[in-house]
Amino acid sequence: MSTDIWILGINMTKFGKHTDRDVVDLAAEAVMAALADGGVTMADMGVLAAGNLMGSGGIGQQIQKQVGQTGIPVFNVSNACATGATALRTAIMAIKAGECDMGLAVGVEKLAGAGLLGGGGRAKQDAHEWEPQGRFGAVATTDGRIGTDTMPGVFAQVGMEYGHRYGGADFELFARISEKNHAHSTLNPLAAYSKRFTLEEIMGDMMIAYPNTRPMCSANCDGAAAAVVVSGERLRTLSLEQQRRAVKVSASVLTSDPYQEACQVLPDVNTLTRNAATTAYEQAGVGPEDLDLVELHDCFATAELVHYDNLGLCDEGGAVDFFESGAPWRDGSTPVNVSGGLQSKGHPISATGIANIWEVCHHLRGEAGDRQIEGAKVGLAHVIGLGSACGVHILEKSAA
Amino acid sequence: MADTATPARVPIVEYLVLDDGDPHLVANECTGCGARFFDRRNACASCFGTEFTRVRISGEGELRTFTIVAFAAPGVEVPFVSGVIDCDGTSVRGNLRNVEPDADHVRTGMQVRLTTYSLGTDDRGTEAIGFAFEPVS
Repeated sequence: MSTDIWILGINMTKFGKHTDRDVVDLAAEAVMAALADGGVTMADMGVLAAGNLMGSGGIGQQIQKQVGQTGIPVFNVSNACATGATALRTAIMAIKAGECDMGLAVGVEKLAGAGLLGGGGRAKQDAHEWEPQGRFGAVATTDGRIGTDTMPGVFAQVGMEYGHRYGGADFELFARISEKNHAHSTLNPLAAYSKRFTLEEIMGDMMIAYPNTRPMCSANCDGAAAAVVVSGERLRTLSLEQQRRAVKVSASVLTSDPYQEACQVLPDVNTLTRNAATTAYEQAGVGPEDLDLVELHDCFATAELVHYDNLGLCDEGGAVDFFESGAPWRDGSTPVNVSGGLQSKGHPISATGIANIWEVCHHLRGEAGDRQIEGAKVGLAHVIGLGSACGVHILEKSAA
Repeated sequence: MADTATPARVPIVEYLVLDDGDPHLVANECTGCGARFFDRRNACASCFGTEFTRVRISGEGELRTFTIVAFAAPGVEVPFVSGVIDCDGTSVRGNLRNVEPDADHVRTGMQVRLTTYSLGTDDRGTEAIGFAFEPVS
């Protein structure tokens, strides 16, 4: 018999610039708040999974020293932008394996001011002598000469490819997706940026990689998110209030990218997302039409479009029509990224895959305040990290 | 610097073959399933076969997607057009040259062909040759 899993407590810090606090401070804040939210302590935790990409390593043990060292197993996980979802999945797997009945997952990143990611961090300079190096025997820098390594450019090509295949996706359409997310962010007090932009402002802003202008790119920022997960059996021994606020994890799926012809030259973010979504819907016994809200990985406006399709929110090839129908706006039929998404809420990489679960839980618990999606019962959270890794979680409101 | 011999030429990457007057790209093709790789693989990522043969990639193709990078790492010249070209069924990553880097001149579906250019000479007088794609006019 498979174990049912629940989110007992969850928290995200304010996303933004935290100049006076380090990754351990931010993670500890999220952990302490998630424990308090669940009405439990470190003594109840049987496992800790922690993610942080840009730090020095061993973040889980560093966090324990701030919040409680109990000797439990720690898994320090790293899975690109899916790191937070991977930490959560790790804690869930430990419970499903019967090793413990309660666990903690946390993701944290300090990324404010990090600038361009993916080949963009260091100045490029050729050597004084052309000497073949690396697995391509390259004698010179290839970034900028044989395509681009930068994230805005890679994901621009992902969106443009979809437009080439199905039509209807132009610069303005992508900018309008960004307009939606920035509009949504004005209701989220924890977002790094909560300013509404006009379409003209978005299209007229600094071009990073056509068609992605600056506000169409995810915002580098600092932040942490943490979640306490519990088995159904243990949950039923807790208070009625804890049971009422607990959110059911109906599906928890992690995939990597299967071989596709073009994946060696442009990362394929589609197939592994489609696979994860299909498996998640099967596990949860729900379909895309049952979703009251979706938090998907809009690392760039061009990425959001393809994931409407990959997550089955529309018919194959129908992402442009889906957007044009108004469906993904917060008053539409399938609200997408009511948090403001990565473009305005921000993208502290390892925190993202738990922060999007927090957003969904907030609505399912009816605690989302001004941005509450009324009557929300089922939600989906999706992240993808290049390389690639995809996490999809489907969450359901407690019946208690 | 006093060397008067004809300067040597090297390709920017090993999968660019310079053959005098006939530059082209090559790939390692899995003899089992036909999957093609520009780098070395221990086993085929598609079928796990371990036999590969070197094949020539078509020098003409269709631009399947692109971006115009306006902001890059220091030392990288911008703007430039990065794209994926479908060369007779094999996807190739490369820049576009000899075209205005704007969305009025670059469009998906356009026919392009392989071209080469000089990256300059190093301290020993060796010239590096890069590749890109240009519109078929």
